[in-house]
Amino acid sequence: MSENLRVKSSQYIDETTRVSFKFNGTTYYGFKGDTLASALLANNVHLVGRSFKYHRPRGIMTSGSEEPNAIVQINPNTNRTEPNVRATEVEIYEGMEASSQNCWPSVNFDIGGINNFLSPLLPAGFYYKTFMWPASFWEKYEYFIRHSAGLGKSPTSNDPDIYDHRNIHCDVLVVGAGISGILAAKNAAKNNYKTLLLDEKNELGGSTIYENNESNKIDNKISSEWLKKEIEELKNIKNLEIKTRTSVAAYHQYNYLLARENLTDHLEKKDKINKIRQRLLKIRAKRVILATGALERPMVFNNNDRPGIMLSSAIKKYSDFYGVACGRKIIFFTNNDSAYESALSLNDKGIKVEAVVDIRKQSETNLEKRVIDAGIKIYWEHTVVNTSGYKRLNNVSIMKLSNDGTSVTGNKISISCDCLGVAGGWTPAVHLYTQSGSKLAFDEDKKIFIPNKNNSDQISVGSCCGDFKLDEILKNLNEKLKDFLDINKTDFENITVKNDEEISKRNIWLLPSDKALGKTKPFVDYQNDATAKDIKLALREGFRSIEHVKRYTTTGMGTDQGKLGNMHALGIIADTAGVKMGELGTTTFRPPYTPLTFGTIVGRNVGKFFDIFRRTPMNDWHVEQKAEFENVGQWKRAWYYPIDGETMHQAVQRESKAARESSGILDASTLGKIDIQGSDASEFLNRVYTNAWSKLGIGKCRYGLMLNEDGMVYDDGVTTRLGENHYLMTTTTGGAANVLGKLEDYLQTEWPELDVYLTSVTDQFATASLCGPNSKKILKKIIPDLDLSDENFPHMSFKEAKIGSIVCRIMRISFTGEQSFEINVQASYGKALWEKCIEAGREFNITPYGTETMHLLRAEKGFIIVGQDTDGTMTPIDLQMDWIVSKKKYDFIGKRSLYRSDTMREDRKQLVGLLTDDPKVVLEEGAQIVSELNKNPVEMLGHVTSSYFSPNLNKSIALAVVRGGKDMMGKKLFIPMEDKTINVTVSNPVFFDQTNERLNA
Amino acid sequence: MFVINCPYCGERDQQEFKAGGEAHIERPKQPTELSDDEWAEYLFMRKNIKGIQYERWNHAHGCRKWFNMIRDTSNDEIKAIYKMGEKPPSI
Repeated sequence: MSENLRVKSSQYIDETTRVSFKFNGTTYYGFKGDTLASALLANNVHLVGRSFKYHRPRGIMTSGSEEPNAIVQINPNTNRTEPNVRATEVEIYEGMEASSQNCWPSVNFDIGGINNFLSPLLPAGFYYKTFMWPASFWEKYEYFIRHSAGLGKSPTSNDPDIYDHRNIHCDVLVVGAGISGILAAKNAAKNNYKTLLLDEKNELGGSTIYENNESNKIDNKISSEWLKKEIEELKNIKNLEIKTRTSVAAYHQYNYLLARENLTDHLEKKDKINKIRQRLLKIRAKRVILATGALERPMVFNNNDRPGIMLSSAIKKYSDFYGVACGRKIIFFTNNDSAYESALSLNDKGIKVEAVVDIRKQSETNLEKRVIDAGIKIYWEHTVVNTSGYKRLNNVSIMKLSNDGTSVTGNKISISCDCLGVAGGWTPAVHLYTQSGSKLAFDEDKKIFIPNKNNSDQISVGSCCGDFKLDEILKNLNEKLKDFLDINKTDFENITVKNDEEISKRNIWLLPSDKALGKTKPFVDYQNDATAKDIKLALREGFRSIEHVKRYTTTGMGTDQGKLGNMHALGIIADTAGVKMGELGTTTFRPPYTPLTFGTIVGRNVGKFFDIFRRTPMNDWHVEQKAEFENVGQWKRAWYYPIDGETMHQAVQRESKAARESSGILDASTLGKIDIQGSDASEFLNRVYTNAWSKLGIGKCRYGLMLNEDGMVYDDGVTTRLGENHYLMTTTTGGAANVLGKLEDYLQTEWPELDVYLTSVTDQFATASLCGPNSKKILKKIIPDLDLSDENFPHMSFKEAKIGSIVCRIMRISFTGEQSFEINVQASYGKALWEKCIEAGREFNITPYGTETMHLLRAEKGFIIVGQDTDGTMTPIDLQMDWIVSKKKYDFIGKRSLYRSDTMREDRKQLVGLLTDDPKVVLEEGAQIVSELNKNPVEMLGHVTSSYFSPNLNKSIALAVVRGGKDMMGKKLFIPMEDKTINVTVSNPVFFDQTNERLNA
Repeated sequence: MFVINCPYCGERDQQEFKAGGEAHIERPKQPTELSDDEWAEYLFMRKNIKGIQYERWNHAHGCRKWFNMIRDTSNDEIKAIYKMGEKPPSI
């Protein structure tokens, strides 16, 4: 049963193209260019949702992004569904579906509506006060609260759309394409500034574009006609890029702004496919001109939230721009002149305006006379005291205001109507301005916050800086642009502007009713159902800071961020507490100005592009062998190589045995490699490692431990002396970049006198690590003329050799306790090297092993892994690695900290081995260790850091950090688990080949 | 997101840089001569003031050079940038 409230053809929407769409299951028709809100209003649908807390019926309130009520779910139950969309912003297209949110089972019959009758029991802070006790019950309460509240449903399947990011650099960015923004952009571009003009609407021109008021004229033309000509001229201007349907979400410091460009949301489904839906513009502007306009305020009176109660300016826009009447009998309620302009504009289009209720004293102006001539009754010094109509406004009661505005007198007059336009004055949209770090000042005369101290190269122009009359807007704009753009004149310098003079203003933040405040419902924040009563309650309960009142009452915390109600909240607090509004300040306006979808934020960084990763040159081989991979830092490392459906445990046991019994091969390309050169290279290593480096011979390798200045282990690795002034340092895989950064830091800032140069060569070399008793035989097959005898090529030494014409650097070093050779070649030969090793090792059952086996083998030897057995609180002494800390060196990074009273405590956590009494039981890494089971509270001594079942020892082994563990050798400890307690014995952390015989066997 | 004028590369976006804490805290030349308290003063104590702060920054994703910055932490205005080893300019 749809009705047609189209009044007059509009030039802004395409009335030749009819569009059908569904709202809450019913099919309606609108025109191309309609928003969902304008199309629904044209069908006389006002009721679009229920309020958040009391589930009161709510209607469309505004015509823009400040909408608090008409929040809908678009295309519900599809993979393109989107919650929390403002019906006042979204454009309709053929086949669009939308539904109300926050109501069940339907918007017309909502069970939660019972909360409205329970509302005396639901004051501010109700949830805080009620559900906090007992604390353990919160999880249960939360379940029900979330279900009955809920603002829309997020999609449950993958987003099928494409999103994009774009970086833009411009000389001048203009935000907002109303009359001020258009003139600013035009003059900037004409003066050779590369200019970008953005507007969130689909049409340029702001509110002036549909302004047909006979008394607002520029150069004797009606202002909308004059502006259309200006817009027409923009097309021919070079240096100017214009983007509509683009809203600025955030304005950061240094003129860095984020904007969302909406490309396909207004298109039919078939036209959306394979197109970029939204683009996030990352804009760095040399100068910014904010022309964000102003938002009209509602007024706070009893039952001011019924469907049919709207902003006066919104009613005007629906009529002038969309050709839609918001009702058949309309009343305006105002404290300023703008409602008169709306009333006249509607009257011109034949929409019945019953009356204007004005809280001000009578005055005789041209505007007033025209309204009376139109046959509209004006009630001076009256206020609305109540409204009625549950799902649609049907009546308004008004009474005369007392002189001080705090009470009402006389008889109650009742006027029937179906729409009430409220005009509470204009609030400059300073959200973006404050986001940039700029500071506001309160204008006591106009009762608004206006831009005051700019934090970057920017200006605010037009109504967002508090200029509301056309002549003052254009005059101030002219002066500001000349100064800001360093130009002598603008192209609108000599225009003549004519507009009405405004009569007085009267601001009453909370309007009185004939009922006591406690019996009324004057809403301040529509979306969060916060009333003036809630704010007063918060003040009574001792809240004073505006930020605290906001959080306690939830005023301004919805998806609309309180764009409509924040000023009223401040005004009521100021009046009640007896302070000045300017002293209260505002709450913080945080980005985004309007909500962003996650898709827009992440752009192309989805799926395999979600995170960057690095692969070794041998990666393809590992993939072919069906290796499982593990993430180590940014690297994808082969984790283990399962054969014939092996589990991870089975594969690792097999690989570990093979590496000790015959031979194994590990891809060690990911280890960080830093090339160190310069005449002070040895001295540099002396300063960064705990041990001594000066006497290391050329061609020899040495293990080093690097500390932080606080004495804690930071990284480790083997460094090889390639020449007199040339070293190659290896670092842990995950620590490479940080180690290089730290070394550069010391070189550049603390020791600039050292002649040392650092270069990362991690990516330049690929490394295959051959290990096991047969590794020497395999290497011999590959490089027959290299003397591999222990005399010529002993453990911890280096040789350069050639495989064919390929140079390789070979280090005989070991992280497994077996004889091992790390062969480094130029990265591009990595896979060839690897395949050659596999081929040569075939007769020795060479077994590729991954990081898990590497960890197991090193744990058998008690070698630490920085970051697994250490956590930034372990000194080398704690790790029982005193042997690597030079006593002779005067200084090295972290040395002094090893002698602090805290690092010298005997009862620090120290690294030990643990053996389970039952050798089959494998401990869990991270498990807590205690010495007494029945002590309360339980004293936790430490935790397990590494734990494996060792196939070579045929028993479970573990490393752990235990308080005072150094002196606990052989002591029995306990590991309480959920279902049992495991008995363990403290042991030497070296479990396998304690005398290192295998290295030279 | 700041625009930082690297003294070696020129103006770059902040995402190329890494902040390195308070500037002009010299590592003691003879740490072993210091008492625990003196060493702790060097090791742990850093200013975190609202207002003019002297900081170290590193052009980590650029030339990798460290330099100094004077920044007003109350509004993030960069007052001056100067190389390591240089005296802070008067502001």
